[in-house]
Amino acid sequence: MIKVTYIDHAGTAREIEVEEGVDLMDVAVDNLVPGIDGDCGGVAACATCHVHVDPAWQDKLPPMGEEEDAMLELADDRNENSRLACQLKASPELDGLILHTPIGQH
Amino acid sequence: MTETAVIVGGGQAGAQAAVSLRQGGFTGRVVLIGDEPVLPYQRPPLSKTYLAGELAKERLFIKPAAFYDKINVERILGKTVSAIDSRQQVISLSSGQCLSYQHLILATGGRVRQLDCPGAGHPRVHYLRTLADVEAMQSEFTAGARMVVIGGGYVGLETAAVAVKHGLNVTLLVARPTPLGRVTSPEVGKFFEDVHRQAGVTLCCNTGVSAIEDDAGDGQVAAVVTDSGYRVLADVVVVGIGLLPNVELAESAGVACDDGITVDEYGRTSVGNIYAAGDCANHPNPIYGRRLRLESVQNAVDQGKTVAATICGKDKPYAQVPWFWSDQYDLKLQTAGINSGYDQALVRGDIASRSFAVFYLREGRLLAVDAINRPAEFVAARNILSKGLSVSAERLQDESIPAKALADQTDPLVTENTAPESAQLSAQSGVQKRSQSNAIKHDRVA
Repeated sequence: MIKVTYIDHAGTAREIEVEEGVDLMDVAVDNLVPGIDGDCGGVAACATCHVHVDPAWQDKLPPMGEEEDAMLELADDRNENSRLACQLKASPELDGLILHTPIGQH
Repeated sequence: MTETAVIVGGGQAGAQAAVSLRQGGFTGRVVLIGDEPVLPYQRPPLSKTYLAGELAKERLFIKPAAFYDKINVERILGKTVSAIDSRQQVISLSSGQCLSYQHLILATGGRVRQLDCPGAGHPRVHYLRTLADVEAMQSEFTAGARMVVIGGGYVGLETAAVAVKHGLNVTLLVARPTPLGRVTSPEVGKFFEDVHRQAGVTLCCNTGVSAIEDDAGDGQVAAVVTDSGYRVLADVVVVGIGLLPNVELAESAGVACDDGITVDEYGRTSVGNIYAAGDCANHPNPIYGRRLRLESVQNAVDQGKTVAATICGKDKPYAQVPWFWSDQYDLKLQTAGINSGYDQALVRGDIASRSFAVFYLREGRLLAVDAINRPAEFVAARNILSKGLSVSAERLQDESIPAKALADQTDPLVTENTAPESAQLSAQSGVQKRSQSNAIKHDRVA
């Protein structure tokens, strides 16, 4: 199992154990993590699963695709740590990953 | 007394309204009633990854059951609402149960338009709107089977794409001169026509269906008879010819309807304490200065939020740029805005490269974009439209300017007037043409 921690805008942390390969937007929705909508169901069409990846993990993430990069332009508070959670899959390299969720999506 | 908000309709709009009521601080009872026996689910994947067998059923659900428990939303699933008594503020279920409400949200969605020709009830004829619809055709959805798809809209094209990839022999019958004729331009329609042909779909435009015959008299094979006299044999027929808004319940309660349930910018119907949201709601859109009825996830989600805000006393008028998406093969079509009434279609990029955008303008102002594998152009258009910016035709087409930067240089004189035409939101036939002939159907939600 892989551990992923979601920290919401109020600072509440939820550490969740997930299986390899699952989509980190789905994990957030299933575990009632606030601040993640995922309206399009995980196909990078809506940008409502915007998260800020903890800077310590930035280098371990898979590179961002052109589509994700474009869609993130719709997100509020985009910064260099912004990703769409639906484009991140749990993997052994990401065991311990920390994601910060916003107060709400755009 | 505790207030009760009743939501009729367990689709995307209904689910969103329930969530948004709680997020907005509504502390009364929230009851979500759906006529399907399952929790609210996403419809877009039904003709995409779910049909392809690439998405597990549990991933279709918008939220898990525990979520509704946590936010204290009661669910009544698999039950139909038969009547509304708007004076007593009571609804009756077909099971005989009655429920009082202080706030009633109609998120009744739509139902498929049925094929209207002899033999349309053939057992191999299917529609694609619900989870049950997909499950009903799954045993016939096998490699080597002959499939006829009737309808060149999003559902028809997506189904054909999944089926041909799955090894079925697919014939697609399109009534109009090009696919997607109701929602896009002939250029984009022609592009998708070519894409499907190259993928191995037999695609016939300008072709209607005059009858379905039972080929061998055993209900196993349907013969689809076209209006040009061809007879195409099919082990499975999928019909995607549009959606009809579910307005009957509202109408019987005296709620004004005209191509959908008529609502104002706050989602309020003509009857007090009754609201409507999603595919069934005919609403004013200030960006286009007219009424629209849209069949999309975006509209369902945003209107669910709008009615919840109204009920919570945080009125927030609905003023969103409509957007849609469709996945076919390796292509992602993303549409922002409504192109109806355009007088200029500008292609940015090379159609042959399968990565291009078509911007639609009227009198020099952007109305909409169809972006094919061009998410940056889609995002740029959404920003331009939502901010009411004016970007010149030359600029939109200039590929030396990155899509991201398109909105950086605008015409301030025109910018002041954000609506493309008059911003008048009259109820007059304001309904756009294609929504009468049943809407921008895509990523349908209930």
